[in-house]
Amino acid sequence: MDNNNLIQIENVKRVYKVGETEVHALRGISCNIKKGGIVAIMGPSGSGKSTLMNIIGCLDKPSSGKYLLEGEEVSTFDKNKLALVRNKRIGFVFQSFNLLARTTALENTELPLVYSDVPRKKAKDMAIKALALVGLEGRELHKTNQLSGGEMQRVAIARALVNNPSLLLADEPTGNLDTKTGIEIMDIFKKLNREQNITIILVTHAQEVAVISNRRIFIRDGLIEREERE
Amino acid sequence: MALGRNKMRSFLTALGIIIGVGAVIAMVSIGQGAKAAVEDRFTSMGTNLLTVRSGSRSYGGLHGGAGSSQNLTEADAEAIEEAEAVEYMSPQISTRTQVKYGNKNWNTSIQGVGAAYPMIRNWEMDIGNFFDDNMVRAGLKVAVLGSEVNQNLFEGADPIGQIIRINRVPFSVVGVLKTKGEAGGWGSHDDQIVVPYTSAQRLTGRRARLNSIEISAFTGRTQEAQAQIEEIMRIRHKIAPGAEDDFSVRDMTEIAEAAGESTKILTILLAGIASVSLLVGGIGIMNIMLVSVTERIREIGIRMSVGAKERDILLQFLTEAVVLSIFGGLLGILVGIASSKLISNLAGWSTLISMGSIILAFVFSGSVGVFFGFYPARKASKLDPIEALRYE
Repeated sequence: MDNNNLIQIENVKRVYKVGETEVHALRGISCNIKKGGIVAIMGPSGSGKSTLMNIIGCLDKPSSGKYLLEGEEVSTFDKNKLALVRNKRIGFVFQSFNLLARTTALENTELPLVYSDVPRKKAKDMAIKALALVGLEGRELHKTNQLSGGEMQRVAIARALVNNPSLLLADEPTGNLDTKTGIEIMDIFKKLNREQNITIILVTHAQEVAVISNRRIFIRDGLIEREERE
Repeated sequence: MALGRNKMRSFLTALGIIIGVGAVIAMVSIGQGAKAAVEDRFTSMGTNLLTVRSGSRSYGGLHGGAGSSQNLTEADAEAIEEAEAVEYMSPQISTRTQVKYGNKNWNTSIQGVGAAYPMIRNWEMDIGNFFDDNMVRAGLKVAVLGSEVNQNLFEGADPIGQIIRINRVPFSVVGVLKTKGEAGGWGSHDDQIVVPYTSAQRLTGRRARLNSIEISAFTGRTQEAQAQIEEIMRIRHKIAPGAEDDFSVRDMTEIAEAAGESTKILTILLAGIASVSLLVGGIGIMNIMLVSVTERIREIGIRMSVGAKERDILLQFLTEAVVLSIFGGLLGILVGIASSKLISNLAGWSTLISMGSIILAFVFSGSVGVFFGFYPARKASKLDPIEALRYE
């Protein structure tokens, strides 16, 4: 059972100290996510879904409980090791794109490779390939301010893919896009999952995003409320 | 790189360093030039010039043992004149006092000398004549004016034959010396009055003692003359072999070096002050880097989310600071060289640009970058990625 699981989360809790008070963002989440699927984590704001995403994405560590990524207990990793995981095994796509300003699409896509010690020439090639995957050939040298919202999100996806991660994490990926562009982006996710067999976790409360998933996990008040599967 | 994207701001930040380095280089080159000029001036006074003073060599400094036991006598001077390699000799008594002419008052230096003084000092007369040996022996109260004193007391009128009062004693003016200019930090050569040393003795009351004895050697025989004088003086002052001399014989280059030493100290002082602006430049860099870090919090978050480690972020911002300061340093070196050349053209001061100061300025500006860039870079690296990504 374990080999097929990309992610194993066992009773993960996350508590924040805000001044004198404690905020229990996650009160004990347990779930396993298999390789190759598209999972949507849904819930209202304040439900803890962003916190869960940060932990899955190794930007944050649980206060207690275990998180295993590809069999490794990353919940015990130190900052540097977590950075390595983010670099090589996880790709992020954010609602507000989070690209570097005044920088070309190519340079943005290459960014993870800069921290991977990949030689420049190879990095450039990998970035060009990634941009082609999201349909941006020919646009490599356009700067961020010369790209539309949809194109920027595509660059962000290319950046997330460039190091061949096993997991793609997307936080409200269509939040800043119009409906038509949003659908285009979701089509790209579908295509990537189908062709590259990359596991995708979407965090959202939008139906047009969740619709492409084959499994939906609903979170409320820091706990899993219910699940839906196809 | 981020620096290129905001050229104006990068330039303004580097400005402190540019000015600091430029000022240091300019100051040092002016100082070096002054030192060389001073030494030059002294050596141009004659490399065959020797000065005998009382007080031993080890008391160092220009005014050696002056003030402590004055033990040079006229008899010493006469004996020295006999030395074979000595061409001219002039005993020396100096003092400082009020000179009066009519309603004009002037405080100046009075040099009591021998008749050979103008030969030893290579000094020509402008008008009138220098006093001769007979006048010196007779102790006549005659005076030769430096051009500045002449200007101040007589303002263009003919001074020859006029009576001036030196410390209330009447002296008759027999000549005016040609203008010589600055004496490299010792006031002007032209602000003095030269009288026979015999009459100076009467002014100072120092009947038999001299401040110094100046001699010029025959061309090329300065070393010889120095050795001869030392021997004569040791015999006359009954100094046992191996014992310390109670006098010193110095040539102009030593005095020139001593003068050079004090300009050196001045240079170091100036450079120190200029370095303060380097420090200010460093603080400016730290300031701007802190602002830059704050502005790029989001960017730092993005970089961390794709795998940048703390050390990567630290190095990134530290490198930017160092590049800024070295860039400023290089520009500053150019500015410094240009301004010292400009100053030497405009003010007529000579300047000397030393490789040492350039290298020092370069290294210093690099270190300023590392030192002042470190705190902001560290701050950047310690950011929490989640907070950073949320930052507006």
